Amino acid sequence: MTSLLAILIGCLYAAAIYMMLRRSVVKLVIGLILLSNAANLLIFTAAGLERGVPPLIEEGQQVIAGTAADPLAQALILTAIVIGFGVLAFAVVLIHRACEVVQTDDMNEMKGTD
Amino acid sequence: MDLTLLVALPVILPLLFGAVSLVMLNNHNVQRWLGAIGTASILIAACALLWQCREQGILVLEVGSWPAPFGIVLVADLLAAIMVLLAAITGFATALYSLKTVRKRFERFGYYPLLHLLLAGVNGAFLTGDIFNLYVWFEVLLVASFALLIQGGERAQMEGAIKYVTLNLLSSALFLTAIGLLYGLVGSLNMADIAQRLTQVEDQGMVTVVAMLFLIAFSIKAAAFPLFFWLPASYHTPQVAVSAIFAGLLTKVGVYALYRVFTLIFNAEVEFTHNILLWMAVLTMLTGVLGAAAQFEVRRILSFHIISQIGYMMLGLALYTPLALIGGVFYIMHHIIVKANLFLVAGLIYRLRGSFELKRLGGLYKDHPGLAVLFLIPALSLAGVPPLSGFFAKFILIKAGVEVHAWWAVGIALLVGLLTLYSMIKIWNEAFWKAVPEPAPAIPAPGRNGLLYWITGSLAAMTIAIGIFAEPIYQLAQQAAAQLLNPQLYINAVLGADSL
Amino acid sequence: MTPRFNMRSLILNTGATLLLPLLILFSLFLLLRGHDEPGGGFIGGLVAAAAIALKLFAEDYRAARTILRVHPLQLVGVGLVLAAGASLPAILVGENFFTAQWWTLDLPIFGSLKLSTPLIFDIGVYLGVIGTVLTVVFTLAEAEHS
Repeated sequence: MTSLLAILIGCLYAAAIYMMLRRSVVKLVIGLILLSNAANLLIFTAAGLERGVPPLIEEGQQVIAGTAADPLAQALILTAIVIGFGVLAFAVVLIHRACEVVQTDDMNEMKGTD
Repeated sequence: MDLTLLVALPVILPLLFGAVSLVMLNNHNVQRWLGAIGTASILIAACALLWQCREQGILVLEVGSWPAPFGIVLVADLLAAIMVLLAAITGFATALYSLKTVRKRFERFGYYPLLHLLLAGVNGAFLTGDIFNLYVWFEVLLVASFALLIQGGERAQMEGAIKYVTLNLLSSALFLTAIGLLYGLVGSLNMADIAQRLTQVEDQGMVTVVAMLFLIAFSIKAAAFPLFFWLPASYHTPQVAVSAIFAGLLTKVGVYALYRVFTLIFNAEVEFTHNILLWMAVLTMLTGVLGAAAQFEVRRILSFHIISQIGYMMLGLALYTPLALIGGVFYIMHHIIVKANLFLVAGLIYRLRGSFELKRLGGLYKDHPGLAVLFLIPALSLAGVPPLSGFFAKFILIKAGVEVHAWWAVGIALLVGLLTLYSMIKIWNEAFWKAVPEPAPAIPAPGRNGLLYWITGSLAAMTIAIGIFAEPIYQLAQQAAAQLLNPQLYINAVLGADSL
Repeated sequence: MTPRFNMRSLILNTGATLLLPLLILFSLFLLLRGHDEPGGGFIGGLVAAAAIALKLFAEDYRAARTILRVHPLQLVGVGLVLAAGASLPAILVGENFFTAQWWTLDLPIFGSLKLSTPLIFDIGVYLGVIGTVLTVVFTLAEAEHS
């Protein structure tokens, strides 16, 4: 399962970079979305996969019996998703405005400040 | 009062002031007052923090009473405290400068709340002792900087912002990737804990891979070679006050992160990692200064110089000797003040002449000799002319380079200093010395610029003071560098002396 | 201000009017149960923001702004004040910054009510999320209109 996920993550990174290299700014945003998803999935995988064992302590116990999924990695992903959501919302608004001002979505036309 | 509370103040104060001024969105006067008072209070807190850090050593605050390494810690060692103080100075100067220069329209779109949020993000990044928390603060400051960057909505701003946003998000994604892999390796997020556990990891090759990911992520943020393109494309587009605080602070957060990570965590394979850093440092210096030579707009010249200066700071880290780190810390102190000052002077030039283009400027020395002096001080300091702050910063670094026989790095550092002088003289000749070009450009109605002169003058005075009192500043940098070179101090402060 | 396309639908309009109070109530429910069970300020805030966004789709930008009464950024401000302010009570009682404080209120009919700084923090998050999401939605809607 881990190696399957690893391949999937690799594909996501590759697709993200490919999309970011296109000329259209809309595809650029899609690339960014893929990239943040890939990173989140990577944290999930790197922290170790455990199936069907939520990190819950049994009634009357002090510690978790046996192995359990790592809750910290999931907390990280949750935070990263929220942050990614905020930042991407901003990116979408920015690109919407930029397309309005520049009248195109072609990156090649946006070289005025280079 | 509990001492450790001081560590939280530089983060919580701007957050609170920013939040209150967001609530007061429609009341511009309250916002302006909060901007000035808020940044002033951060400045006081930062001074107190640095003072206590010198007295007491590394200060640690366990947020929410959750013990390290499980909870989030805020750690103030000398480097962090120095950076917080520099951020506070820049923030205060910018907030005061904004009182005069920021248009009503931008105030309505939350200029001051964003400024506070930016400072909160910057200070949070300096003080956190948790690698994921560092990522969160990076994002906080990025979001604030995105919004500040596009205020005004002009075409150039949009074009610049797209590059800025894309490359910074790419760097954030790489940073997150690196955190994920690191967490997979050691199972901890507390930087002190990571540093300890990394020595026990068997697969040291993987550690180096993660180190390289961090290097790429942070060097994009620091605008180091080869991924610096976003900086000259965007930094000259927003209003001058925003440019100034960006130029002073943002890339330095990336540099700080490099310093933190490559002294505390990845210090095992110095030969490999710091050698790459050395190459990057040298190329960063060179490309930055050459880029500046080709520009003829004041803010663009200054933007390219940020890049070349980042190279010097990285040089200090790359050489990784006590003296080199002292030089690096000294350089950061000198650079933040000088760079913010130069941008603020550029803003004054614009107010007096209505242009940033060297071709359309001229005659400023004759008309405004005071401004000419205010420009010359930071400009010469940037180029490293004695006895100003830049001279000592460069001198320490070059001496450190000579000590380890890194001749070519030393040679290039000297050459870059010379080329910096060339750029500064170019601005001087074109904007101040030559006659007003024909046809004379329309000069905007003179406003009252007294406050702006005072601000730039105070920063210039600080530059001179760093030069004159180089000895105590050197000692401060020495103590900070000593802490960096002995990561066990940091680890003990966070985890307790009997860890391991 | 007439929309370019007439998107008004009677079904959506009536549905939105009926759903709006329900969704807001549901969002408050999610917010309050969040401490020990699934839910919390973030999800509650998203639901509340979705309710107001629904109003925007069913009617128009103005109607949505009217229900909110304040600028969404001000909501973010209030949320941030609450969230950051939740760190302060711990200092007053001499504990570490941001340590959770719990107070139990004894009410005559309902029994005891537990209040805490994490709850204040969560309410702050709730308001902050509503404000942020609506700022983005309104910005896009405004651009569509002009």
